[in-house]
Amino acid sequence: MTRPLAEPPADTEKHDGTRRRAWLHGAAGRNLGLVVALLLLCVFGVISGGERFANIDNVMTILRLAAVIGVLAIGMTFVITSGGIDLSVGSVMGLTTVWATTLATQSMAENSHWIVIVSTALVVGIAAGAINGVIIAYGRVVPFIATLAMLASARGLAEMISNRQTQRVESGAFIDFFRSEPLGIPILVWIFAAVAVAGWFLLNRTTFGRRTVAIGGNAEASRLAGIKVQRHTLYIYALAGLTAGIAGVMMLGRTTAGTSTHGMLYELDAIAAVVVGGTLLIGGRGTIVGTVFGVLIFTILTNVFTINNMSTSAQLVAKGAIIVAAVLLQQRFANRSKST
Amino acid sequence: MSARKNLRRMLGVPAALAASALLVAGCVSNEPPEEENDSVSQDDGAGGTANDEPGDNVVIGFSAPAADHGWMGAITRSALDTAEQYEDVELRQAEATNDVNMQISHIEQFINDGVDAIVLLPFDGDALTEVALDAMEAGIPVINVDRELSSPFASRATILGDNYGMGVSAGTYICEELGDQPDAVVAEIQGIANLPLTQDRSQGFEDALSDCGLEVSTQVAADFTIQGGETATSNLLQAEPEIDAIWNHDDDQGVGVLAAIENAGRDEFFMVGGAGSLDVMEHIQSGDSVLQATVIYPSTQAADGIKLARLIAQDKDMADLVSAGAPHTIQLYAPVVTADNVDQYLDLGFRS
Repeated sequence: MTRPLAEPPADTEKHDGTRRRAWLHGAAGRNLGLVVALLLLCVFGVISGGERFANIDNVMTILRLAAVIGVLAIGMTFVITSGGIDLSVGSVMGLTTVWATTLATQSMAENSHWIVIVSTALVVGIAAGAINGVIIAYGRVVPFIATLAMLASARGLAEMISNRQTQRVESGAFIDFFRSEPLGIPILVWIFAAVAVAGWFLLNRTTFGRRTVAIGGNAEASRLAGIKVQRHTLYIYALAGLTAGIAGVMMLGRTTAGTSTHGMLYELDAIAAVVVGGTLLIGGRGTIVGTVFGVLIFTILTNVFTINNMSTSAQLVAKGAIIVAAVLLQQRFANRSKST
Repeated sequence: MSARKNLRRMLGVPAALAASALLVAGCVSNEPPEEENDSVSQDDGAGGTANDEPGDNVVIGFSAPAADHGWMGAITRSALDTAEQYEDVELRQAEATNDVNMQISHIEQFINDGVDAIVLLPFDGDALTEVALDAMEAGIPVINVDRELSSPFASRATILGDNYGMGVSAGTYICEELGDQPDAVVAEIQGIANLPLTQDRSQGFEDALSDCGLEVSTQVAADFTIQGGETATSNLLQAEPEIDAIWNHDDDQGVGVLAAIENAGRDEFFMVGGAGSLDVMEHIQSGDSVLQATVIYPSTQAADGIKLARLIAQDKDMADLVSAGAPHTIQLYAPVVTADNVDQYLDLGFRS
């Protein structure tokens, strides 16, 4: 995992690759560890919880919980793939929920349509992300520091705007929309799915995605190859801001309230999901599918723990152990597919 | 069973709860605990009323914020201890979390599981209201503890501490001590200043003080942490060279407050605490510090919630009330603990 660019040469080194090895070596192979971990968790869930785990209501509970962090993690996948990090997504998400529920926004929404609330959150998210991007790309501040600054100041700004109070969403139509379940699946899950599919398409099938991977692999080479690295970096952080805005709207739909405490430490959950999913923390390789698996693993863990009525402290210890186990398992599969 | 006996037994409940908690926590003696209160019956485990007789088996879901504060830790511990005492209660404890997204998910799981009742101390009352409504609609009674949900339909019963009453109790005590000095300097150390609960406490304090012609000279805010208490108090002591009385809203941050006072070498005033930690009660008992009293904000609220949830799920009436059904709202009392009565409250103190 220490060689970000090992991937393409390894492909050419593979001399006696059968079809099966090629498959193992590809994206599916990298995700195999995740699939195994996920399956083990589900088996454990079914054994310990039986009907209580394996029923459709519980599956929806899991997916609803996964949705918000999931959307943040999709944006984070792009940032990490490009070799950066965004510590501010949780704070920015909190800020978007607060800004979208101020009296001014809500009365505007009342006079027109609740979509005002949604667009306010998205615009605030994109703006915060763009500020990150400008500081990183043009100010040449390392992403860790620039987004750390945003983590602090977005939270502070949210507290100032809301005066540290919880602001309820008054629009009944907004709440009804986000509580609707088209085809029996909660709207939050649809949004997560849509964002994941869009993210997968953007990363794997567009120039934008290829440039993101290239910059993460080697920014200098990308610049020499004619990619406008600075402008692209700005776009990537704005994209992460956009996902923070989407996640903020989802949080509003779920809680019907905006507060400065929303999204506390979500950046760490998102980063953990992305890295467990197989995206390299040093950039150059990213996988949306892996990220979705990563998010699901964490959410199912929480669910299974609660079903088994484990004590909170034991849950935390087990969580840490399982994170390490999942990553080790994933490396084992990755190494085996490379060495054979 | 006579009503009078019932009453005595009821009064014995908290003492018995706390006594058994202490027993679990660290009493090394093999001897049975000494009965200080003869109204506590030993055989039924919970010590209380006829309601404590085993009834239908009930599953209670319990969800509370993370125990990142001594008082909150005590909330969860006392709830678990109380559930433990009933053989007819199965308690499902959700991961304690300050993330409302996660807490909502836990309540959804309880609904899926079809538990018989939910005891909910929400991290944010507004944010958890919708899911509590879902639970109520699914026919699961929600017992709301400490932080109020924003819809009256979202809970079957609510148990609250009395923040305004804390301020009144602290202010009245200070009035009794300083009443004859109209120009006495009274300082106040708040928790997080712009929380509604802090504003309620300060309002009660101000109202009670104004009753005897006193007012708050200096008001500083910490943030419920030891570190915050230390910083705020150092500044306060710098600003006020001569103080007569201090009310500190929170005993957890009080550890830092006391540290700052001792560092400054000041002892010309007396201090009243808030919440009722064991640490503070021990200081009051030994009289070795400026701490002279504290005002209780019960850390047994969630334990009360468990008891109430059991009554509601088993469709029982509350003992000592004539009317049918468990009450809708209970607001707990905020008594003042001083050296005179500290022995009575020591069992209810929590370790911060």
